[in-house]
Amino acid sequence: MADKVTNILLAGVGGQGILLASEVLSEVMMLAGYDVKKNEIHGMSQRGGSVVSHVRFGKEVFSPIIPEGEADVLFGFELLETYRYLPLLAEHGSVIVNRLKLMPPSVSIGQQSYPADLEERIRRQVKRSHVVDGLVLALQAGDARTINTVLLGALSNMLPVDGKLWTEALRKMVPQKTLEINLKAFELGKESSQG
Amino acid sequence: MKREILSGNEAIARGAFEAGVKVAVAYPGTPSTEILENTVNYPSIDSSWAPNEKVALEVGIGACFGGARSLVAMKHVGVNVAADPLFTLAYTGVKGGLVLAVADDPELHSSQNEQDSRHYARAAKVPMFEPSDSQEALEFTRLGFEVSEKFDKPVFVRTTTRISHSKSIVTPGEPVTGLPEPALEKDPPKFVMLPGNARKRHYVVEEQLEALSEWSCSQAFNRIEERSSSVGVITAGISYQYTREVLPEASVLKLGLVYPLPKQLIRDFAAKYETLYVIEELEPFIEEQVKAMGIEVIGKDRLSLCGELTPGRISKALLDQDVPTHYTPEIELPPRPPNMCPGCPHRGVFYALNRLKAFVAGDIGCYTLGFMPPLSAMDTCVCMGASVGNATGLNKVLKGEEKQKVVGVIGDSTFLHTGINGLMDMVYNNSSATLIILDNRITAMTGRQENPTSGFTLSGEPSPEVDLEQLCRSVGVKHVRVADPWDLDGTRAVIKEEMAREETSVVITRGPCVLIKRDLGQRKPALIIDPDKCTGCKACLRIGCPAIEWQADEEKAHVNELLCVGCGICEQLCKFDAFSSSADKGGKSNG
Repeated sequence: MADKVTNILLAGVGGQGILLASEVLSEVMMLAGYDVKKNEIHGMSQRGGSVVSHVRFGKEVFSPIIPEGEADVLFGFELLETYRYLPLLAEHGSVIVNRLKLMPPSVSIGQQSYPADLEERIRRQVKRSHVVDGLVLALQAGDARTINTVLLGALSNMLPVDGKLWTEALRKMVPQKTLEINLKAFELGKESSQG
Repeated sequence: MKREILSGNEAIARGAFEAGVKVAVAYPGTPSTEILENTVNYPSIDSSWAPNEKVALEVGIGACFGGARSLVAMKHVGVNVAADPLFTLAYTGVKGGLVLAVADDPELHSSQNEQDSRHYARAAKVPMFEPSDSQEALEFTRLGFEVSEKFDKPVFVRTTTRISHSKSIVTPGEPVTGLPEPALEKDPPKFVMLPGNARKRHYVVEEQLEALSEWSCSQAFNRIEERSSSVGVITAGISYQYTREVLPEASVLKLGLVYPLPKQLIRDFAAKYETLYVIEELEPFIEEQVKAMGIEVIGKDRLSLCGELTPGRISKALLDQDVPTHYTPEIELPPRPPNMCPGCPHRGVFYALNRLKAFVAGDIGCYTLGFMPPLSAMDTCVCMGASVGNATGLNKVLKGEEKQKVVGVIGDSTFLHTGINGLMDMVYNNSSATLIILDNRITAMTGRQENPTSGFTLSGEPSPEVDLEQLCRSVGVKHVRVADPWDLDGTRAVIKEEMAREETSVVITRGPCVLIKRDLGQRKPALIIDPDKCTGCKACLRIGCPAIEWQADEEKAHVNELLCVGCGICEQLCKFDAFSSSADKGGKSNG
């Protein structure tokens, strides 16, 4: 097992279920035998604000927050919030981002506009970037609410973990009656970002 | 035992369970709230929300005097409220162990200041442990009860946001057995703090602290990690983790007990290293005490007193290394601050206050977000309950029209926390101020905890509801009115009339928080906007609802049906009848 710590920064909007996604991810990395730490801020950020969650795993992890400029993967649930946190990405880092725009308050009330070309900017600035059609694939799996599972599937290609552990973690953490649909969503996400 | 990933707060709850705690009490406050939300899952612990932190600690003290181990939890500013019993509890000492878990918030992620609770340890002469991850949060909580009983003192376990809300791997232990059963035991020289008794106890307090400092020099929770470099670091808590990240070769004196300090251990450690750093967040609490021992250290001359530390900030301050930035946004991005939820009952009240050009003495809760544009209707916010006294004070010094503009605004939970005392003052001293109680039937800001108005306890048992109207009348307020906050005209009319009144008045705006789980089924279907009727006048945007989105290309407003809960406030602002219920077209509620 590599000694180096791997850093994954999840970014998105309060209410998108980012905390649950980071729980599943942390659980999988623990099951895989790594030391794991994760951190996020609760409270004000839940009310539609910008949310990040730090997940770190490796042989031994000290800080629960990712040192600035050292995120190996920026794992984004919304385009604007992903673009906002680019400065935390390591030089060799990758971006996986959901194709979704959520309007912040100043845009909703018509004072500012939502930047039109974020997807192109991310692709152009970060060589290793992958945009996932989360909603499309989630609907294909059978439920719009499985978007985050689709995204975890896309992320899973980058992690040194056996697929069985993902199944085990999902079994433990999603409601039993939605398990099959979540497993399908996971596979669709995984296929979407292979190669 | 099976390994688990636990947050610092979950680990404290687990530690309390393993220590045989019988009573746990708290008032919710970020980042401490989840401690009690987890103790309640252990049936052997009687867990409850108190109306404020002072009451929480007093209940904990009662349980401890009865011989049971008790846990009391609060955020840093809660200790200000609980300070009165705390300082004297240090004199009485304990019978069953008492641990006070306090969660500080460096960087003010969700607080009104970033005070450093370690000063309370020193000022109140109460020992303080500081864990650096979840495993230590569990162990130090357990240990806290043993130390509390061994040295006859309450014990602090202090976390910061990054400990409370970080998750790391924990191996739980077995619960202790054989603790004595609670029983009554009279002991006035110890428990009745009249001057004659307290004078004697003060000597005991000082002797115990000295004994604890000496004992702690040889305990595993204060440990020296020797490494290759000539640099030595004294640190504790989350700063220890950042130290290991930034200075992996440095030797470290890692303190588990941050008050009292293990003086001899510090002297022994300091003697070995040419360069000595103290790495700590906020105040130079360890640094100043080490310097007072005649030891030279580098600390707050390089590290900031403000905000939290991060690996990057430490590296910049101590090693002069800039944080690497490889990618930067090329354009200015619209910010995304938190906002009141769609359907929030507070929104209509702040819209009315905005239109009435009121000067709003505000308070602590979700509704503090009423200061944000476009509502822009909060003018002060100091601490829990301050709105009431602030309104009274403003009312005292102003005249005429300005005097009538002053309104205090407070939530139901905050009112019962420390607002009721202010209302007694307002009415007793014949103030003409107006107080609005935003009664959303829950403690919403911290994640919807039950409170004395909500009708349920922490464990979900039904309980009597405080009758706010009767309560206000009983302290002498003659004019108490209730308004429906989703009725914009009605709410505005009631507030306007009461602002003009020359006597103390209270307006209770009653509407449950839209996120209360047991009420989710009562949500209405989303509204929709008829684009043919929408003229693009933007009137509906003045309430700042996240569910209404301006479509710049079409110059029209649009409702995001995934977010809208059909509260209907926007509909009341539309002069063109453009809104209708999606139910007419088969829409369902977002429950």
